[in-house]
Amino acid sequence: MNASKTDTRLGLAITLAVAAFLIGPVVLSVLAGLTKNYFVGLSSGLTLRWIEQVWSLYADTIWRSFAVALLTLAICTVVGVPAAWVLTLYRGRLARALEELLTLPVAVPGLASALALIVSWGTVRGLRGSIWFIVIGHVLFTLPFMVRAARASMHGADLATLDEAAATLGASRTQRFLQIVVPNAASGIVTGALTVLTLSIGEFNLTWLLHTPLTTTLTVGLADSYASMRLEIASAYTLVFLLMLVPLLVGLQWLAARGDRPSRIAPTRTSSP
Amino acid sequence: MTDPVAITLTHCAKTWPDGSRALQPIDLHVQGGETLALLGPSGCGKTTLLRLICGLEQADAGASIRFGDDEVTALPPEARGVGVVFQSYALFPNMSVVQNVAYGLRVRDIGATERERRARELLALVQLDGFADRRVDQLSGGQRQRVALARALAIEPRVLLLDEPLTALDAKLREHLRVELAQMLRQLRITTVIVTHDQDEAMMLGDRIAVMSAGHLEQVGTAETLYREPASDFVAEFLGTLCRVRAGLQSGMLVAGADSLAFRPHEARLEPARAGALPARVLARFFLGGSVRYEIGLDDGQRFPVVAPAHSGHAAGDTVSVMVAPGAAARENRA
Repeated sequence: MNASKTDTRLGLAITLAVAAFLIGPVVLSVLAGLTKNYFVGLSSGLTLRWIEQVWSLYADTIWRSFAVALLTLAICTVVGVPAAWVLTLYRGRLARALEELLTLPVAVPGLASALALIVSWGTVRGLRGSIWFIVIGHVLFTLPFMVRAARASMHGADLATLDEAAATLGASRTQRFLQIVVPNAASGIVTGALTVLTLSIGEFNLTWLLHTPLTTTLTVGLADSYASMRLEIASAYTLVFLLMLVPLLVGLQWLAARGDRPSRIAPTRTSSP
Repeated sequence: MTDPVAITLTHCAKTWPDGSRALQPIDLHVQGGETLALLGPSGCGKTTLLRLICGLEQADAGASIRFGDDEVTALPPEARGVGVVFQSYALFPNMSVVQNVAYGLRVRDIGATERERRARELLALVQLDGFADRRVDQLSGGQRQRVALARALAIEPRVLLLDEPLTALDAKLREHLRVELAQMLRQLRITTVIVTHDQDEAMMLGDRIAVMSAGHLEQVGTAETLYREPASDFVAEFLGTLCRVRAGLQSGMLVAGADSLAFRPHEARLEPARAGALPARVLARFFLGGSVRYEIGLDDGQRFPVVAPAHSGHAAGDTVSVMVAPGAAARENRA
């Protein structure tokens, strides 16, 4: 018992140390964004001036990032959820090959994917300079996450059998998909959606190559401010970035924890009629 | 309900994409209003046959499936008008009990008030009146089974198909629901096919039983026919226990010899050792309440069970002679 107590304490200490190591720089950065003069230190006083400056300089990049993320999410949902369903129903060799292919953009470095996109689509007039070009890149990168999450919950809830039951009751393919598959895979779809949003907002590699001066997004703006502004502004930018991303991440964790619970529809043996 | 339709399967075979044969070509006729039990060990193809009937699998070319005069072979499941109760019940967790039952009516564009009324009627039929607004996960296994049945019946199916409807329940409850289900099926007079691996279930629920093994039909008939006149050893052994002994039979008594005898454990009787009889030894005695089961051993090492009335008093170690009822002896020359 003593040994286990020591173990617990040791574990806690290590966890806290690792957490401090990870969070420390973030906290310092946030403080830097709020101090009047970082080189003088906190004694120079706190201010929201830098955040105001970030807003006036970069507000458009923030809105653009949101627009890109929402468009990416819309496409990923419309394409990814039916794709996940098809992959759940057909477990042939072709389906497995398709799924592997789908995960390829995750493994390939973002810069390489971006370069491939520029080579293949860069000359299409009007596309290269619009945010749709970035959206295409983000969809390529995030789609596998939506498909994976949706498929996991479809598989876990034995939706293939529910789909068969609905078919025998007279429901058409579309009715089954909308009334049975989507509602019962909702937790996976929502998890996938939050993952897509988070990844899209934080994506830098692809975006950095795909953007033009008129389609700068949040992360590209962040890099720009680090490179060309005073440290406090870049730090304040980080703070803005965190304020947008942290709620999303918390939501993601919460949903993932909910999804981990044992399925509520698992057949149970019981003795009362 | 409308007049029950017959199911006619002609030359129904099923080959999987990898080339293995799940079903040999099968011809089967289920009369209108009849309950047919498909009985067989797991992997014999009985569930595949059920899935062919409801359209969840397509039979190989050359097959024909008819409901009454309707050719349904090429129809998808949603157009066949079949009510199916799945082994896992497959209730929709995103809907309440009454919404589950009404789902087949909802996809038929029947108005909300009307379908709710009919769903509640069916819930009353399966004695779940008070459970309409419960969530599916708040029901016990037996209640789920009845919701699944009500949902399948709600669409007024031409044919009702039940896939191991009681297997997911524990033994006590299974016995109770078996009787209930048997009564309900008689009352509904809807053409029903029920898949089961449990011989008691098949005998209680089926007007007739079709015994299957390794993808083909062994025998179709009433429980009594199958039990008394099995067409093969497989049928004889699947419906109850069969004792197979190599010995002779002389005026109802087991004697030395080399005939192939086959009889049911309760068709044999033990008597105190007699002159001329083949000596048999009681290896073990099990008191089972209503009866006594003996394990009998012959000198050459053959063993078989004998079931006797509860008052039978031979003890382990006794030497006895075995009498076989004359009716059972008729089976002696069967292959």
